[in-house]
Amino acid sequence: MSMVSLDRGTETRLPARILGRKKYGTWIAGAVAAVVVALVLVSAFTNENFSWSAFGHYLFSPSLLLGLGHTVELAVISMALSIVLGVVLAMMRQSANKLLTTAAGAYVWVFRATPLLVLLLLLYNLAALYPKLSLGNLVSVDTNTVITVAGAAIIGLTLHESAYCAEIFRAGLISVGRGQREAAEALGMPGMLALRRIVLPQAMRAIVPPLTNQFVNVVKTTSIVSVIAMPELLYSAQIIYARTYETIPLLLVVTFWYLVITALLTVAQRHIERHFNRGEAGL
Amino acid sequence: MTTSAIEIRSVHKRYGSLHVLHEVDLVVRPGEVVCLIGPSGSGKSTLLRCINNLEKIQAGSILVDGGLVGYRWAGDDLQETTPRQARRARRDIGMVFQQFNLFSHFTVLQNLIEAPVRVLGVPRREAVERAEELLAKVGLSEKHASYPAQLSGGQQQRVAIARALCMRPKLMLFDEPTSALDPELVGEVLDVLRDLAGEAMTMVIVTHEMGFARQVADTIVFMDQGRIVERGPASQVLDAPREDRTRRFLERVG
Repeated sequence: MSMVSLDRGTETRLPARILGRKKYGTWIAGAVAAVVVALVLVSAFTNENFSWSAFGHYLFSPSLLLGLGHTVELAVISMALSIVLGVVLAMMRQSANKLLTTAAGAYVWVFRATPLLVLLLLLYNLAALYPKLSLGNLVSVDTNTVITVAGAAIIGLTLHESAYCAEIFRAGLISVGRGQREAAEALGMPGMLALRRIVLPQAMRAIVPPLTNQFVNVVKTTSIVSVIAMPELLYSAQIIYARTYETIPLLLVVTFWYLVITALLTVAQRHIERHFNRGEAGL
Repeated sequence: MTTSAIEIRSVHKRYGSLHVLHEVDLVVRPGEVVCLIGPSGSGKSTLLRCINNLEKIQAGSILVDGGLVGYRWAGDDLQETTPRQARRARRDIGMVFQQFNLFSHFTVLQNLIEAPVRVLGVPRREAVERAEELLAKVGLSEKHASYPAQLSGGQQQRVAIARALCMRPKLMLFDEPTSALDPELVGEVLDVLRDLAGEAMTMVIVTHEMGFARQVADTIVFMDQGRIVERGPASQVLDAPREDRTRRFLERVG
């Protein structure tokens, strides 16, 4: 009997409700953020220099859309090549052959260390180094016919990005446990089959987020190619505002399109991640 | 005379200066159930992994069903073969790991039919039928569409056993199949092993479950420091060990 009275204690009141903590800090921070956003919007719409009419005028201008097309083309082609090259490099770095690992390591070092701007200028001026490109005595071509503006841009971006992709894929391959490979081995699965069916799909969980990040980067990095006069999105805008002096509205149009591409990529990333995360706990 | 299921002759295994297996000899008859026991680090798991060539050996020879796995004769020497030949030989040897190693991005059914379809070339429909039979046998018919992460450890290990059986192996290797399980899940896995033993499957089991070993093992092999110390039927090795080391080990675990 004494135990019962101890358990109950003296208070027998039951609360009507259990309430959460009052989050004053969150409310204040939210209010500050709302004020800042409002101020920026007010200034954007009251400051005449933004000239939103010009923004509207150029948003769908054919020459800018053509530039946008070139940007997307450039990004997709160099990213696709970088992924292929990156997978090969990542596998070379994992190989038992010291020569292959060293070669892949050196490649990653050189092209991650060289600023893209420098690399592009070097490639663009390759003709000064090798006036002719030849394959033995069989084929010999004028360097400038191969290294066109677009050619230099694609090669430069690919060399640069593939070095990063190689590291992303290597990290992904490492993230898959040794047991998965051993289970495949024990079932008699050939190496390439195990890589394609067992290891890579699981590595993709760790690969997709940084790889999308890399793709977003490539899209934006294509703007650097404007230095070698490749008519991508930024250079197309520069051509126009050099003539009309509508610098700000045109740069805003450029910004707008980069935002759109990035938003689309983010949506795509979410779907791809969901696909590769199947089988994860809680899904 | 029938061929031995496994014939291990004077096998040595070293990792650098570490001598992990020392002059190991062991013959397993078809249908025999062998339990490898011994302290951790005694080399029992390594010996198991040498049988299907997941580990290389430095001396001696291992024959499985009369053939070498991962090696071929070159004069008086054994020469490592290409990975392709090693894999071909490995198809007949089922292996079950301590950590299950189910393919986490595949459903249970996909785990079971992947190797039969893609390695053996079994028609998909036939592989699914066989897989469903085996899932029923390990009591997991209703789990065929689940992912491994949705199963308990005991269920995962039973799937792993079914996956190995889908390849119609001639013998099965078990590497501490219940060591990663919560105590209350050990029984369901051991039940499956008991059934298999009853069907005259040749099995080599590394285990710490002495009660189970006593029930199913035709032969118990006690290993310590890379050597086989004692072997024989359970009634001898477990109940009346001849060697001091065996007795001390059994006192510690018993």
